[in-house]
Amino acid sequence: MSSLWEYANPQKFMGLSGRMLPWTAALSSLCLTTGLIWGFFFTPDDFRQGSTVRIIYLHVPAAMMAINAWVMMLVASLVWLIRRHHVSALAAKAAAPVGLIFTLIALVTGALWGQPMWGTWWAWDPRLTSFLILTLFYFGYIALWSAIEDPDTAADLTGVLCIVGSVFAVLSRYAVNFWNQGLHQGASLSLDRQENISDVFWFPLLVCIAGFVLLFVALVLLRTRTEIRARRLSALLARERMG
Amino acid sequence: MIALLIRDLRLAVRAGGGFGLGLAFFLLVAVLVPLGVGPEGRVLAMIAPGILWVGALLACLLSLDRIFALDFEDGSLDLLATAPIPLEGVVAVKALAHWLVTGLPLTLAAPVLAVLLNLPVSGFGWLVLSLAIGTPALSVIGAFGAALTVGLKRGGLLLSLLVLPLYVPTLIFGAEVVRRGTAGLETGTPLALLAAITLASAALLPFAAAAAIRVNLR
Repeated sequence: MSSLWEYANPQKFMGLSGRMLPWTAALSSLCLTTGLIWGFFFTPDDFRQGSTVRIIYLHVPAAMMAINAWVMMLVASLVWLIRRHHVSALAAKAAAPVGLIFTLIALVTGALWGQPMWGTWWAWDPRLTSFLILTLFYFGYIALWSAIEDPDTAADLTGVLCIVGSVFAVLSRYAVNFWNQGLHQGASLSLDRQENISDVFWFPLLVCIAGFVLLFVALVLLRTRTEIRARRLSALLARERMG
Repeated sequence: MIALLIRDLRLAVRAGGGFGLGLAFFLLVAVLVPLGVGPEGRVLAMIAPGILWVGALLACLLSLDRIFALDFEDGSLDLLATAPIPLEGVVAVKALAHWLVTGLPLTLAAPVLAVLLNLPVSGFGWLVLSLAIGTPALSVIGAFGAALTVGLKRGGLLLSLLVLPLYVPTLIFGAEVVRRGTAGLETGTPLALLAAITLASAALLPFAAAAAIRVNLR
Protein backbone atom coordinates (compact mmCIF):
# COMPACT_ATOMS: atom_id res chain seq x y z
CA MET A 1 0.00 0.00 0.00
CA SER A 2 1.59 3.22 -1.07
CA SER A 3 1.15 6.22 1.16
CA LEU A 4 0.84 9.88 0.31
CA TRP A 5 4.23 10.54 1.86
CA GLU A 6 5.95 8.69 -0.95
CA TYR A 7 5.38 11.72 -3.12
CA ALA A 8 7.58 13.70 -0.78
CA ASN A 9 10.35 12.05 -2.78
CA PRO A 10 11.10 14.58 -5.56
CA GLN A 11 11.65 11.78 -8.06
CA LYS A 12 8.23 10.26 -7.44
CA PHE A 13 6.63 13.69 -7.28
CA MET A 14 8.07 14.63 -10.65
CA GLY A 15 6.74 11.40 -12.12
CA LEU A 16 3.23 11.78 -10.75
CA SER A 17 2.97 15.51 -11.37
CA GLY A 18 4.27 15.07 -14.90
CA ARG A 19 1.45 12.64 -15.59
CA MET A 20 -1.17 14.77 -13.79
CA LEU A 21 -0.25 18.13 -15.23
CA PRO A 22 -1.63 17.75 -18.79
CA TRP A 23 -4.90 16.33 -17.46
CA THR A 24 -5.51 19.02 -14.87
CA ALA A 25 -4.53 21.74 -17.33
CA ALA A 26 -6.82 20.35 -20.04
CA LEU A 27 -9.73 19.77 -17.65
CA SER A 28 -9.27 23.24 -16.20
CA SER A 29 -9.41 24.93 -19.59
CA LEU A 30 -12.41 22.80 -20.54
CA CYS A 31 -14.27 23.75 -17.35
CA LEU A 32 -13.33 27.42 -17.61
CA THR A 33 -14.32 27.68 -21.27
CA THR A 34 -17.63 25.90 -20.71
CA GLY A 35 -18.41 27.68 -17.48
CA LEU A 36 -17.50 31.16 -18.69
CA ILE A 37 -19.28 30.86 -22.06
CA TRP A 38 -22.32 29.33 -20.37
CA GLY A 39 -22.27 32.00 -17.71
CA PHE A 40 -21.60 34.97 -19.96
CA PHE A 41 -23.92 34.17 -22.86
CA PHE A 42 -26.54 31.65 -21.80
CA THR A 43 -27.78 32.85 -18.43
CA PRO A 44 -30.56 35.41 -17.92
CA ASP A 45 -29.92 38.88 -16.48
CA ASP A 46 -30.47 39.27 -12.79
CA PHE A 47 -33.62 41.28 -12.07
CA ARG A 48 -31.77 43.86 -10.03
CA GLN A 49 -28.14 43.65 -11.09
CA GLY A 50 -28.77 43.34 -14.82
CA SER A 51 -25.94 41.80 -16.75
CA THR A 52 -23.29 42.87 -14.21
CA VAL A 53 -24.21 39.73 -12.28
CA ARG A 54 -22.03 37.81 -14.74
CA ILE A 55 -18.86 38.97 -13.02
CA ILE A 56 -19.74 36.41 -10.36
CA TYR A 57 -18.25 33.71 -12.59
CA LEU A 58 -14.80 35.21 -12.14
CA HIS A 59 -15.15 36.98 -8.82
CA VAL A 60 -16.45 34.18 -6.61
CA PRO A 61 -14.11 31.38 -7.78
CA ALA A 62 -11.08 33.70 -7.63
CA ALA A 63 -11.96 34.82 -4.12
CA MET A 64 -12.52 31.25 -2.96
CA MET A 65 -9.21 30.11 -4.39
CA ALA A 66 -7.37 33.12 -2.96
CA ILE A 67 -8.28 31.92 0.52
CA ASN A 68 -7.82 28.24 -0.28
CA ALA A 69 -4.37 28.95 -1.68
CA TRP A 70 -3.32 30.43 1.64
CA VAL A 71 -4.73 27.40 3.48
CA MET A 72 -2.79 25.13 1.13
CA MET A 73 0.37 27.15 1.85
CA LEU A 74 -0.31 26.79 5.57
CA VAL A 75 -0.63 23.00 5.29
CA ALA A 76 2.45 22.76 3.09
CA SER A 77 4.43 24.93 5.53
CA LEU A 78 3.38 22.74 8.44
CA VAL A 79 4.43 19.62 6.53
CA TRP A 80 7.79 21.22 5.80
CA LEU A 81 8.37 22.34 9.38
CA ILE A 82 7.33 19.00 10.87
CA ARG A 83 8.52 16.43 8.35
CA ARG A 84 11.17 18.38 6.41
CA HIS A 85 9.98 17.38 2.96
CA HIS A 86 11.51 19.78 0.46
CA VAL A 87 8.75 19.30 -2.10
CA SER A 88 6.28 20.65 0.42
CA ALA A 89 8.26 23.81 1.03
CA LEU A 90 8.65 24.36 -2.69
CA ALA A 91 4.92 23.82 -3.24
CA ALA A 92 4.16 26.52 -0.66
CA LYS A 93 6.57 28.84 -2.41
CA ALA A 94 5.01 28.01 -5.77
CA ALA A 95 1.46 28.63 -4.56
CA ALA A 96 2.06 32.13 -3.18
CA PRO A 97 2.17 34.15 -6.43
CA VAL A 98 -0.80 32.17 -7.77
CA GLY A 99 -2.77 33.00 -4.64
CA LEU A 100 -1.73 36.63 -4.89
CA ILE A 101 -3.00 36.86 -8.47
CA PHE A 102 -6.32 35.28 -7.47
CA THR A 103 -6.62 37.82 -4.66
CA LEU A 104 -5.97 40.64 -7.09
CA ILE A 105 -8.49 39.22 -9.59
CA ALA A 106 -11.10 39.11 -6.84
CA LEU A 107 -10.34 42.71 -5.82
CA VAL A 108 -10.35 44.07 -9.37
CA THR A 109 -13.49 42.25 -10.52
CA GLY A 110 -15.14 43.35 -7.30
CA ALA A 111 -14.22 46.98 -7.98
CA LEU A 112 -15.50 46.72 -11.56
CA TRP A 113 -18.79 45.35 -10.28
CA GLY A 114 -19.01 47.76 -7.37
CA GLN A 115 -18.73 50.86 -9.53
CA PRO A 116 -22.12 50.45 -11.29
CA MET A 117 -23.83 48.60 -8.44
CA TRP A 118 -22.71 50.31 -5.25
CA GLY A 119 -21.70 53.53 -7.01
CA THR A 120 -18.12 53.21 -5.79
CA TRP A 121 -14.99 51.32 -6.75
CA TRP A 122 -14.01 50.72 -3.21
CA ALA A 123 -15.72 50.69 0.18
CA TRP A 124 -14.18 49.87 3.54
CA ASP A 125 -16.42 46.89 3.88
CA PRO A 126 -15.17 44.03 6.10
CA ARG A 127 -14.83 41.56 3.24
CA LEU A 128 -13.05 44.02 0.99
CA THR A 129 -10.78 45.15 3.78
CA SER A 130 -9.84 41.65 4.82
CA PHE A 131 -9.03 40.83 1.21
CA LEU A 132 -6.77 43.84 1.05
CA ILE A 133 -5.06 42.63 4.22
CA LEU A 134 -4.73 39.16 2.68
CA THR A 135 -2.98 40.80 -0.29
CA LEU A 136 -0.51 42.40 2.13
CA PHE A 137 0.14 39.01 3.73
CA TYR A 138 0.85 37.51 0.31
CA PHE A 139 3.23 40.37 -0.50
CA GLY A 140 5.08 39.94 2.78
CA TYR A 141 5.35 36.19 2.31
CA ILE A 142 6.69 36.48 -1.24
CA ALA A 143 9.06 39.28 -0.25
CA LEU A 144 10.51 37.19 2.59
CA TRP A 145 11.06 34.25 0.23
CA SER A 146 12.93 36.40 -2.24
CA ALA A 147 14.95 38.24 0.40
CA ILE A 148 16.69 35.20 1.88
CA GLU A 149 19.39 33.48 -0.14
CA ASP A 150 19.75 30.13 1.59
CA PRO A 151 16.73 28.06 0.42
CA ASP A 152 16.29 26.05 3.63
CA THR A 153 16.49 29.12 5.86
CA ALA A 154 13.98 30.84 3.59
CA ALA A 155 11.65 27.84 3.75
CA ASP A 156 11.85 27.74 7.55
CA LEU A 157 11.28 31.44 8.08
CA THR A 158 8.46 31.74 5.55
CA GLY A 159 6.88 28.66 7.10
CA VAL A 160 6.87 30.31 10.52
CA LEU A 161 5.56 33.52 8.97
CA CYS A 162 2.78 31.60 7.21
CA ILE A 163 1.59 30.02 10.45
CA VAL A 164 1.67 33.22 12.47
CA GLY A 165 0.22 35.13 9.53
CA SER A 166 -2.69 32.70 9.26
CA VAL A 167 -3.65 33.31 12.87
CA PHE A 168 -3.47 37.07 12.40
CA ALA A 169 -5.30 36.93 9.06
CA VAL A 170 -8.23 35.14 10.70
CA LEU A 171 -8.06 37.59 13.60
CA SER A 172 -8.12 40.53 11.19
CA ARG A 173 -11.10 39.04 9.38
CA TYR A 174 -13.16 39.16 12.56
CA ALA A 175 -11.66 42.41 13.76
CA VAL A 176 -12.77 44.27 10.64
CA ASN A 177 -16.24 42.78 11.05
CA PHE A 178 -16.33 44.51 14.37
CA TRP A 179 -14.97 47.74 12.95
CA ASN A 180 -17.42 48.41 10.15
CA GLN A 181 -20.75 47.15 8.93
CA GLY A 182 -20.76 45.42 5.60
CA LEU A 183 -21.97 46.50 2.21
CA HIS A 184 -21.02 43.19 0.60
CA GLN A 185 -23.81 40.65 0.25
CA GLY A 186 -23.70 37.59 2.47
CA ALA A 187 -22.96 34.04 1.46
CA SER A 188 -25.39 32.76 -1.13
CA LEU A 189 -23.77 29.46 -2.02
CA SER A 190 -24.00 27.70 1.34
CA LEU A 191 -25.40 24.21 1.20
CA ASP A 192 -27.37 24.54 4.42
CA ARG A 193 -29.32 27.72 3.79
CA GLN A 194 -32.89 28.22 2.68
CA GLU A 195 -32.35 31.17 0.39
CA ASN A 196 -29.55 30.66 -2.08
CA ILE A 197 -28.54 31.70 -5.54
CA SER A 198 -30.88 30.45 -8.27
CA ASP A 199 -29.93 27.24 -10.07
CA VAL A 200 -29.67 29.12 -13.38
CA PHE A 201 -26.58 30.91 -12.04
CA TRP A 202 -25.49 28.16 -9.69
CA PHE A 203 -24.62 25.47 -12.26
CA PRO A 204 -22.33 27.53 -14.51
CA LEU A 205 -20.78 28.95 -11.34
CA LEU A 206 -20.05 25.44 -10.09
CA VAL A 207 -18.32 24.65 -13.39
CA CYS A 208 -16.26 27.84 -13.08
CA ILE A 209 -15.29 27.01 -9.50
CA ALA A 210 -14.15 23.56 -10.62
CA GLY A 211 -12.20 25.23 -13.42
CA PHE A 212 -10.46 27.59 -10.98
CA VAL A 213 -9.60 24.76 -8.58
CA LEU A 214 -8.08 22.76 -11.42
CA LEU A 215 -6.29 25.84 -12.72
CA PHE A 216 -4.78 26.39 -9.28
CA VAL A 217 -3.68 22.75 -9.05
CA ALA A 218 -2.18 22.86 -12.53
CA LEU A 219 -0.32 26.12 -11.90
CA VAL A 220 1.03 24.97 -8.55
CA LEU A 221 2.17 21.65 -10.02
CA LEU A 222 3.84 23.46 -12.89
CA ARG A 223 5.54 25.97 -10.64
CA THR A 224 6.61 23.33 -8.12
CA ARG A 225 8.16 21.31 -10.96
CA THR A 226 9.99 24.43 -12.08
CA GLU A 227 11.24 25.02 -8.53
CA ILE A 228 12.45 21.43 -8.23
CA ARG A 229 14.27 21.68 -11.55
CA ALA A 230 15.82 25.01 -10.53
CA ARG A 231 16.97 23.42 -7.28
CA ARG A 232 18.52 20.48 -9.16
CA LEU A 233 20.20 22.84 -11.55
CA SER A 234 21.79 24.89 -8.79
CA ALA A 235 22.94 21.67 -7.11
CA LEU A 236 24.53 20.53 -10.37
CA LEU A 237 26.22 23.88 -10.86
CA ALA A 238 27.55 23.81 -7.32
CA ARG A 239 28.91 20.32 -7.87
CA GLU A 240 30.58 21.40 -11.10
CA ARG A 241 32.25 24.33 -9.39
CA MET A 242 33.56 22.03 -6.67
CA GLY A 243 34.73 19.30 -9.01
CA MET B 1 16.94 37.66 32.81
CA ILE B 2 16.78 40.79 34.92
CA ALA B 3 20.42 41.44 34.09
CA LEU B 4 19.58 41.15 30.42
CA LEU B 5 16.66 43.53 30.83
CA ILE B 6 18.86 46.10 32.56
CA ARG B 7 21.55 45.69 29.91
CA ASP B 8 19.05 46.25 27.11
CA LEU B 9 17.55 49.27 28.82
CA ARG B 10 20.99 50.79 29.36
CA LEU B 11 21.95 50.20 25.76
CA ALA B 12 18.72 51.75 24.54
CA VAL B 13 19.11 54.86 26.68
CA ARG B 14 22.84 55.41 26.35
CA ALA B 15 23.67 54.21 22.87
CA GLY B 16 21.94 57.17 21.34
CA GLY B 17 19.05 57.58 18.98
CA GLY B 18 16.72 54.75 19.80
CA PHE B 19 15.15 56.05 22.95
CA GLY B 20 13.98 59.53 22.04
CA LEU B 21 13.53 58.85 18.36
CA GLY B 22 10.19 57.09 18.63
CA LEU B 23 8.78 59.85 20.80
CA ALA B 24 9.99 62.55 18.45
CA PHE B 25 8.45 60.71 15.53
CA PHE B 26 5.15 60.40 17.39
CA LEU B 27 5.21 64.14 18.05
CA LEU B 28 5.96 64.86 14.40
CA VAL B 29 3.01 62.78 13.25
CA ALA B 30 0.72 64.65 15.61
CA VAL B 31 2.04 67.97 14.26
CA LEU B 32 1.99 67.03 10.60
CA VAL B 33 -1.54 65.69 10.49
CA PRO B 34 -3.25 69.00 11.38
CA LEU B 35 -0.97 70.74 8.88
CA GLY B 36 -2.18 68.28 6.28
CA VAL B 37 -5.90 68.10 7.00
CA GLY B 38 -6.46 71.66 8.19
CA PRO B 39 -6.90 73.17 11.64
CA GLU B 40 -10.63 72.62 12.07
CA GLY B 41 -11.19 71.25 15.58
CA ARG B 42 -14.20 69.12 14.83
CA VAL B 43 -12.45 67.19 12.05
CA LEU B 44 -9.33 66.72 14.14
CA ALA B 45 -11.29 65.49 17.12
CA MET B 46 -13.00 62.95 14.89
CA ILE B 47 -9.78 61.48 13.49
CA ALA B 48 -7.64 61.95 16.62
CA PRO B 49 -8.06 58.40 18.03
CA GLY B 50 -7.03 56.82 14.75
CA ILE B 51 -4.14 59.22 14.13
CA LEU B 52 -2.75 58.76 17.62
CA TRP B 53 -2.92 55.00 17.31
CA VAL B 54 -1.37 54.95 13.85
CA GLY B 55 1.32 57.34 15.06
CA ALA B 56 2.13 55.15 18.05
CA LEU B 57 2.25 52.12 15.79
CA LEU B 58 4.64 53.73 13.31
CA ALA B 59 6.82 55.10 16.09
CA CYS B 60 7.01 51.59 17.49
CA LEU B 61 7.93 50.23 14.07
CA LEU B 62 10.90 52.61 13.77
CA SER B 63 12.96 50.99 16.45
CA LEU B 64 12.03 47.35 15.84
CA ASP B 65 15.10 46.37 13.85
CA ARG B 66 17.24 47.39 16.81
CA ILE B 67 15.79 44.64 18.98
CA PHE B 68 18.01 41.93 17.55
CA ALA B 69 20.10 43.44 14.75
CA LEU B 70 22.84 45.00 16.91
CA ASP B 71 23.20 41.88 19.01
CA PHE B 72 23.29 39.79 15.86
CA GLU B 73 26.07 41.88 14.36
CA ASP B 74 28.40 41.84 17.33
CA GLY B 75 27.74 38.19 18.09
CA SER B 76 26.09 38.59 21.48
CA LEU B 77 22.95 36.98 20.10
CA ASP B 78 24.93 33.75 19.64
CA LEU B 79 25.99 33.96 23.27
CA LEU B 80 22.43 34.60 24.37
CA ALA B 81 21.26 31.62 22.32
CA THR B 82 23.72 29.35 24.11
CA ALA B 83 23.12 30.89 27.53
CA PRO B 84 21.35 28.87 30.21
CA ILE B 85 18.12 30.88 29.94
CA PRO B 86 15.86 29.70 27.10
CA LEU B 87 15.86 31.75 23.93
CA GLU B 88 12.11 32.22 24.30
CA GLY B 89 12.82 34.03 27.57
CA VAL B 90 15.45 36.18 25.87
CA VAL B 91 12.90 37.19 23.23
CA ALA B 92 10.30 38.01 25.86
CA VAL B 93 12.78 40.12 27.86
CA LYS B 94 13.92 41.96 24.74
CA ALA B 95 10.33 42.67 23.77
CA LEU B 96 9.69 43.94 27.28
CA ALA B 97 12.76 46.18 27.09
CA HIS B 98 11.54 47.49 23.73
CA TRP B 99 8.16 48.24 25.23
CA LEU B 100 9.70 50.04 28.22
CA VAL B 101 11.70 52.38 25.98
CA THR B 102 9.07 52.95 23.26
CA GLY B 103 5.57 51.78 24.16
CA LEU B 104 5.54 53.16 27.69
CA PRO B 105 6.84 56.65 26.82
CA LEU B 106 4.39 56.78 23.91
CA THR B 107 1.55 55.90 26.26
CA LEU B 108 2.55 58.58 28.72
CA ALA B 109 3.08 61.22 26.03
CA ALA B 110 -0.16 60.46 24.22
CA PRO B 111 -2.43 62.82 26.25
CA VAL B 112 -0.17 65.78 25.45
CA LEU B 113 -0.43 65.03 21.75
CA ALA B 114 -4.15 64.41 22.15
CA VAL B 115 -4.44 68.07 23.18
CA LEU B 116 -2.80 69.07 19.90
CA LEU B 117 -5.32 66.96 18.02
CA ASN B 118 -8.26 68.36 19.97
CA LEU B 119 -9.39 65.03 21.39
CA PRO B 120 -12.17 65.62 23.96
CA VAL B 121 -10.93 65.33 27.55
CA SER B 122 -13.29 62.42 28.18
CA GLY B 123 -11.19 60.35 25.78
CA PHE B 124 -7.80 60.91 27.49
CA GLY B 125 -8.22 58.13 30.01
CA TRP B 126 -9.31 55.69 27.33
CA LEU B 127 -6.41 56.68 25.11
CA VAL B 128 -3.85 56.02 27.83
CA LEU B 129 -5.58 52.82 28.89
CA SER B 130 -5.85 51.44 25.36
CA LEU B 131 -2.22 52.29 24.56
CA ALA B 132 -1.05 50.79 27.84
CA ILE B 133 -2.88 47.56 27.04
CA GLY B 134 -2.20 47.50 23.31
CA THR B 135 1.42 48.65 22.85
CA PRO B 136 2.92 45.54 24.52
CA ALA B 137 1.35 43.54 21.69
CA LEU B 138 3.05 45.86 19.19
CA SER B 139 6.43 45.19 20.80
CA VAL B 140 5.97 41.41 20.91
CA ILE B 141 4.69 41.17 17.33
CA GLY B 142 7.52 43.46 16.30
CA ALA B 143 10.05 41.25 18.06
CA PHE B 144 8.73 38.35 16.00
CA GLY B 145 9.16 40.34 12.77
CA ALA B 146 12.63 41.43 13.84
CA ALA B 147 13.54 37.80 14.56
CA LEU B 148 12.44 36.80 11.06
CA THR B 149 14.55 39.45 9.35
CA VAL B 150 17.57 39.51 11.68
CA GLY B 151 19.86 37.71 9.25
CA LEU B 152 19.16 40.07 6.36
CA LYS B 153 21.42 42.93 5.46
CA ARG B 154 18.66 45.30 4.44
CA GLY B 155 15.82 43.96 6.51
CA GLY B 156 14.33 47.29 7.54
CA LEU B 157 11.80 47.79 4.79
CA LEU B 158 10.92 44.12 4.63
CA LEU B 159 10.37 44.20 8.38
CA SER B 160 7.68 46.87 8.00
CA LEU B 161 6.04 44.93 5.20
CA LEU B 162 5.89 41.82 7.37
CA VAL B 163 4.88 43.47 10.62
CA LEU B 164 2.28 46.02 9.53
CA PRO B 165 -0.34 43.47 8.42
CA LEU B 166 0.13 41.72 11.76
CA TYR B 167 -0.64 45.00 13.53
CA VAL B 168 -4.09 45.30 11.98
CA PRO B 169 -6.20 43.70 14.75
CA THR B 170 -4.38 45.61 17.51
CA LEU B 171 -4.87 48.88 15.69
CA ILE B 172 -8.56 48.25 15.05
CA PHE B 173 -9.41 47.37 18.63
CA GLY B 174 -7.14 50.02 20.13
CA ALA B 175 -8.57 52.88 18.11
CA GLU B 176 -12.08 51.53 18.65
CA VAL B 177 -11.65 51.73 22.43
CA VAL B 178 -10.71 55.40 22.21
CA ARG B 179 -13.48 56.19 19.74
CA ARG B 180 -16.15 54.53 21.84
CA GLY B 181 -14.76 55.88 25.09
CA THR B 182 -14.73 59.43 23.74
CA ALA B 183 -18.31 59.08 22.55
CA GLY B 184 -19.32 57.73 25.94
CA LEU B 185 -20.24 54.30 24.62
CA GLU B 186 -19.56 50.94 26.18
CA THR B 187 -15.90 49.93 25.72
CA GLY B 188 -15.74 46.56 27.45
CA THR B 189 -15.73 44.42 24.30
CA PRO B 190 -12.90 46.06 22.34
CA LEU B 191 -10.90 46.49 25.53
CA ALA B 192 -11.22 42.80 26.36
CA LEU B 193 -10.31 41.83 22.79
CA LEU B 194 -7.31 44.17 22.82
CA ALA B 195 -6.13 42.63 26.09
CA ALA B 196 -6.68 39.17 24.60
CA ILE B 197 -4.44 40.00 21.64
CA THR B 198 -1.71 41.31 23.92
CA LEU B 199 -1.83 38.34 26.27
CA ALA B 200 -1.98 35.75 23.51
CA SER B 201 0.85 37.41 21.57
CA ALA B 202 2.99 37.62 24.69
CA ALA B 203 2.30 33.98 25.46
CA LEU B 204 2.80 32.46 22.00
CA LEU B 205 4.90 34.70 19.76
CA PRO B 206 8.17 34.39 21.77
CA PHE B 207 8.17 30.72 20.74
CA ALA B 208 7.79 31.58 17.06
CA ALA B 209 10.39 34.34 17.35
CA ALA B 210 12.86 32.05 19.11
CA ALA B 211 12.37 29.44 16.39
CA ALA B 212 13.09 32.08 13.76
CA ILE B 213 16.24 33.22 15.58
CA ARG B 214 17.49 29.63 15.81
CA VAL B 215 17.03 29.30 12.06
CA ASN B 216 18.85 32.57 11.46
CA LEU B 217 21.77 31.60 13.69
CA ARG B 218 22.15 28.20 12.05
